[in-house]
Amino acid sequence: MIRLVLTRRDDAPAWMALVSPLIAVALTLLSGAVMFALLGLDPLKALGVYFISPISDGWALQELAVKATPLILISVGLSLCYRSNNWNIGAEGQFVMGAIFGGWVAIATHGAANGPWVFPAMMLAGMLGGAALAMIPAILKTRLAVNEILTSLMLVYVAELLLDWLVRGPWRDPKGFNFPQSVMFDKDAQVMRLMADGRINLGTPIAIIVVVIAAIMMARTLKGFEIRLVGAAPRAARFAGFDEKRLTWTVFAISGALAGLAGIIEVSGTMGQLQPSVSPGYGFTAIIVAFLGRLNPIGCLIAAVVLAITFIGGENAQISLRLPLDVTRVFQGMLLFYVLACDAVLNYRITLVRTGGAAA
Amino acid sequence: MTMFEAILLTIITASTPLLIGAIGQLVCERSGVLNLGMEGMMIMGAACGFAAAILSGNSYVGVLAAILAGMAMSLIFAILTLGLAANQVASGLALSIFGLGLSGVIGAPFVGAKRDQMAKLDLPVLTDIPVIGKALFGQDPFVYASFALVIGVWWFLARTKAGLVVRACGENHASAHALGYPVLKIRLLAILFGGGCAGLAGAYLSLVYTPFWSPGMTAGRGWIALAIVVFASWRPWRVLAGAYLFGGITILQLHAQGAGVKIPSQFMAALPYLVTILVLVIIMSRRGGQQTAPASLGTPFVPDR
Repeated sequence: MIRLVLTRRDDAPAWMALVSPLIAVALTLLSGAVMFALLGLDPLKALGVYFISPISDGWALQELAVKATPLILISVGLSLCYRSNNWNIGAEGQFVMGAIFGGWVAIATHGAANGPWVFPAMMLAGMLGGAALAMIPAILKTRLAVNEILTSLMLVYVAELLLDWLVRGPWRDPKGFNFPQSVMFDKDAQVMRLMADGRINLGTPIAIIVVVIAAIMMARTLKGFEIRLVGAAPRAARFAGFDEKRLTWTVFAISGALAGLAGIIEVSGTMGQLQPSVSPGYGFTAIIVAFLGRLNPIGCLIAAVVLAITFIGGENAQISLRLPLDVTRVFQGMLLFYVLACDAVLNYRITLVRTGGAAA
Repeated sequence: MTMFEAILLTIITASTPLLIGAIGQLVCERSGVLNLGMEGMMIMGAACGFAAAILSGNSYVGVLAAILAGMAMSLIFAILTLGLAANQVASGLALSIFGLGLSGVIGAPFVGAKRDQMAKLDLPVLTDIPVIGKALFGQDPFVYASFALVIGVWWFLARTKAGLVVRACGENHASAHALGYPVLKIRLLAILFGGGCAGLAGAYLSLVYTPFWSPGMTAGRGWIALAIVVFASWRPWRVLAGAYLFGGITILQLHAQGAGVKIPSQFMAALPYLVTILVLVIIMSRRGGQQTAPASLGTPFVPDR
């Protein structure tokens, strides 16, 4: 009988930290090929639709940037949370709340003589909305030790239902032929497009700036050290005098604000109005992005592009291969499995041990 | 049938999947493993159960397929968290995302397919007793199975030596290991039991509750089942109370909507989720901290040798 034995190690070579996400992506592609073959498709052709067509021309690359932007913003915030052992999995709800708060500013100023201050105000409101929703699990965790995983997730459903009610009820466009949607935002309330005929907008540079700030904060500031220490060695952090509870509030507020920012940028940049559903699951996909990016802001940037490819590939495959959009989620789930499995190779030395039949 | 009787019967149907899912998860958590993949395992059970029942024309084949699907899903989780000592929270999330996607792919050909609800028990005389007759003697096999599971799990954990060993693994895996118990093997069995129960709960949704397949039909029930385990402070009988409390709220909000209560339907639909949070708050503030949780819950175990 052969058994797998793990031995803890502290000396994982640095190159492995870079190679292991690549191995995870490769294994996902391999499993994807098997899945497509099982579904009766030509694996190479199907993988081409999923992973090559989204990066094949200029228009597709712009679309990629538009899809990657919310993933970058959300995952950077989540990586701060996960680094410090705070399990915020409700980013989807915080994204929706950002869309609601920011959208409110756009609807309230609709038709009025407004100026270039409208969009910054929307961004601010969106961040406030996302942060406010994220603070609920944070406060319940620090005050009453209520599990933040469950509360943050339950609030996703609440936020989605709130948005649904708003666009079907009080915020429905009176001239919209009874469609459940708000008025189209005014020009001042829409994110500036970077190119006259393209879809890419100001959101993408904002996301990149956020990555740079977060990367500097994590690597060079005391706050960054605190986040890393609380996650890696909570006891040592307590002895060092760091306030774990206040840190929980901070990281939840930051990640909620970033998810809310992503929400309002998405709504005002790509939809131009509020609709009953504003996200194809960015908040959940960003969890995978955060792990694939090894909970590092720059890693998140790269990983967001990889996951954005699966989103667009999924849409292309729905049209050209008639595959359900769910295939995208299968890919995303598999990717996270392999990322986590590859992490074990980093943290442990894995050996196969041949044992006698009796000893088990 | 009186209004009261109708409400009672629908509460039982709404509570049963929560009860089955939560009691399986309870065993898993008592062994020290937090599997957040409940939602994914449950919906895979719903999809595979419905698909197998349509293809074979037999509900029981569907039930079996659902249990196996749930166990297969939980096996992936076990390989990651036990075999490779991966983070349990992240692995569970991955399992949920994966299950929601794969169930959509498996279920796609069956969207719109219809089949009859599984037959309910019908004992002459007993089932005809007014008010309680149908509730006690006129249920489908799942309802009786759910109660049998609660009794069985309570007896196993509280009264048998094997149950004591499972609890020991959950409280202090290092000590259990030192005493010579195979911690990883015990946890594997507990995870598989949790997966099988989640699959069974899913089968109930697609074979009895609706009875059809629609993508995403579990609608957060897996997560609510996880909350029920916390609500129950990891005790089997309180899981029963918790599941029926949540089932009751779901049904009362549906009946209130039907009766034309002037509250937007979205607010009523949000009620079960808000109540989940509220109940967690009450439970935690009353007993101070998570002292009742198994002490090793969520921590990976790597034997030293």
